[in-house]
Amino acid sequence: MKIAVLLRPVPDPVEELELSDDGTDLDRDFLGYVLNEFDDHALEEALLLKDETGAEVSVWALGTADEVDQILYTALAKGADRACKLGDDLGALDSRAQATLFADALGDEAPDLILTGVQAADELVGQVAVLVASALDLPHVEVVVGTEPVDGGIRVTKEFWGGITGDYQVALPAVLGIQAAREAPRYVAVSRVRQAQQEGNLEERDVTAPEPAPGVKVVEMRIPEAGEGAEMIEGDEAAAADAIVEILRRAGVA
Amino acid sequence: MSDNVLVITEHLEGEPTEISFELIALGRRLAADLGGQVEVLVAGDGAAAMADRFGGADTVLVVDDARLDGFDPEGHPRVAAAVVEARNPKVVLVPYTSEGMDVASELAARTDLPLVSYCKDVRAADGLAATCQLYAGKIEADVEVEGDRAVFAVLSGAAPAADGMSGGAGAVETVDVGVDLPGRVQALGFTQPEAGDVDITAQDVLVVVGRGIESEDNIAEAEELAEALGGAVAASRPVVDQGWLPKTRQVGKSGLTVKPKVYLALGVSGAPEHVEGMRDAATIIAVNTDPQAPIFGVAHYGWVGDLFDLVPELLERVES
Ligand SMILES: Cc1cc2nc3c(=O)[nH]c(=O)nc-3n(C[C@H](O)[C@H](O)[C@H](O)COP(=O)(O)OP(=O)(O)OC[C@H]3O[C@@H](n4cnc5c(N)ncnc54)[C@H](O)[C@@H]3O)c2cc1C
Repeated sequence: MKIAVLLRPVPDPVEELELSDDGTDLDRDFLGYVLNEFDDHALEEALLLKDETGAEVSVWALGTADEVDQILYTALAKGADRACKLGDDLGALDSRAQATLFADALGDEAPDLILTGVQAADELVGQVAVLVASALDLPHVEVVVGTEPVDGGIRVTKEFWGGITGDYQVALPAVLGIQAAREAPRYVAVSRVRQAQQEGNLEERDVTAPEPAPGVKVVEMRIPEAGEGAEMIEGDEAAAADAIVEILRRAGVA
Repeated sequence: MSDNVLVITEHLEGEPTEISFELIALGRRLAADLGGQVEVLVAGDGAAAMADRFGGADTVLVVDDARLDGFDPEGHPRVAAAVVEARNPKVVLVPYTSEGMDVASELAARTDLPLVSYCKDVRAADGLAATCQLYAGKIEADVEVEGDRAVFAVLSGAAPAADGMSGGAGAVETVDVGVDLPGRVQALGFTQPEAGDVDITAQDVLVVVGRGIESEDNIAEAEELAEALGGAVAASRPVVDQGWLPKTRQVGKSGLTVKPKVYLALGVSGAPEHVEGMRDAATIIAVNTDPQAPIFGVAHYGWVGDLFDLVPELLERVES
């Protein structure tokens, strides 16, 4: 089985976000990027399948941020067999453009399974997993929390809500949007990543970013006012504890 | 093209979901601005039996097809796309849920319509526009649709479900869209969650730990606090995905919806998928080191600071 995992860098959620001067995008000049957390789960699920079946795992990322090389080398260090970077300095791309580039690259590769995260924080115009499936005319299942290879395909568990799940048997090739891997994503030592970097087995391919599809235009971005509507408690932890105990009392629970 | 709004409804085991009615309520508002009607699509095996539940719509389009057993990630988007082609609505509303995630993008791709995701509001008075929550709730974006038709994937809470339950003609129309279904995805059945040791939906007090709790060992302190308050510990998704607490303790979109008297959130950022499950709690207190954390947008009270500094202080006071 050949598994391709699509990895997307997203602005680091622990960093403070700032807006560009015209207020229609993030100020990306000093923004740090990290791997989209759901893509990390997609990679983990692929590596679990590799452990179980000996599948070949390739990882793919678009050159939309400086951190992409690091993300791909980390995946190699974790156990991916191949890593491929598509384009360089592409700038921020919407999910439709990302899906187009991924679908173009994967068409010839013909993987049996394409995995990526269920969503990414910057996905304004659609689910990359489903858009890639649509472009390649493959079946898709979103919000997957587990897979099991079976004769003639793969069994997947899709999460609905309230803890309800549904099981599906999916014919291959197929695209899955992974919500959570069966196990928490594995860690890898920095030294292993550095080693992968030194080995330098990064394939690079030229791609050209498609013209942004007309349709949806951001007219304004805002950082919602923190604590809008909330009463913010001032002071140190002792003052905060006093205030919170008072709130608990008023709510009748302390 | 019509001036109508088409709402793609969803249902599980014969029961329409709450968000379906929220979108009908939103659809009624949009249809009033567009001078059109609200049509809803109810698709699935046994869909006809649910048609009378949609009195909030003007027209209920029923696709009752035995091949659409449960939710079909391959069939449902195809049926929705065929109905959009046949009815030509101006606006299509899809719930941004587990099902909607399989439907919205494929529907947009098949019908070549623009799609806007993560919508918390949609407007139609002056061209089509929406407000979207991006970056896990840290950024709000106002977007405009450049053409005059679009698909919107809408988060829960955009309009009150009660407003979508009645008020329309509810005329039922059976449609035969005759789509061909390749049958590459086969439903094998649903699994209900196992009952947990603690029912977090029945608690007056929830001490809720997010990724800020950092390790499984640190949960003990939160347990102690919850116990002292006569409540229980609940968690955000990453804490459950790490295996630190059972799934039955998860609050949010794919977990449980809770409405305790007090919701004390420790190191929870307040992503939309989490907020969905807790925003109706009577008193929400949030503790977070990041003053920008979206949780402060839904909290009634907030403190910017380190949970590990606060919890011992709280314990000391509550236990004495
Ligand atoms: C389809 C789908 C369904 C989902 N369903 C759910 C769901 O049911 N429930 C759910 O919760 N999520 C759900 N999610 C995930 C959701 O998108 C977020 O990833 C998740 O809610 C984030 O959890 P968190 O707030 O604990 O972690 P983070 O977003 O990482 O936030 C951790 C917070 O802790 C703060 N912090 C760190 N250290 C400290 C400290 N010492 N003291 C105080 N604060 C600190 C940080 O500032 C940060 O704000 C779902 C996602 C998808 C795509």
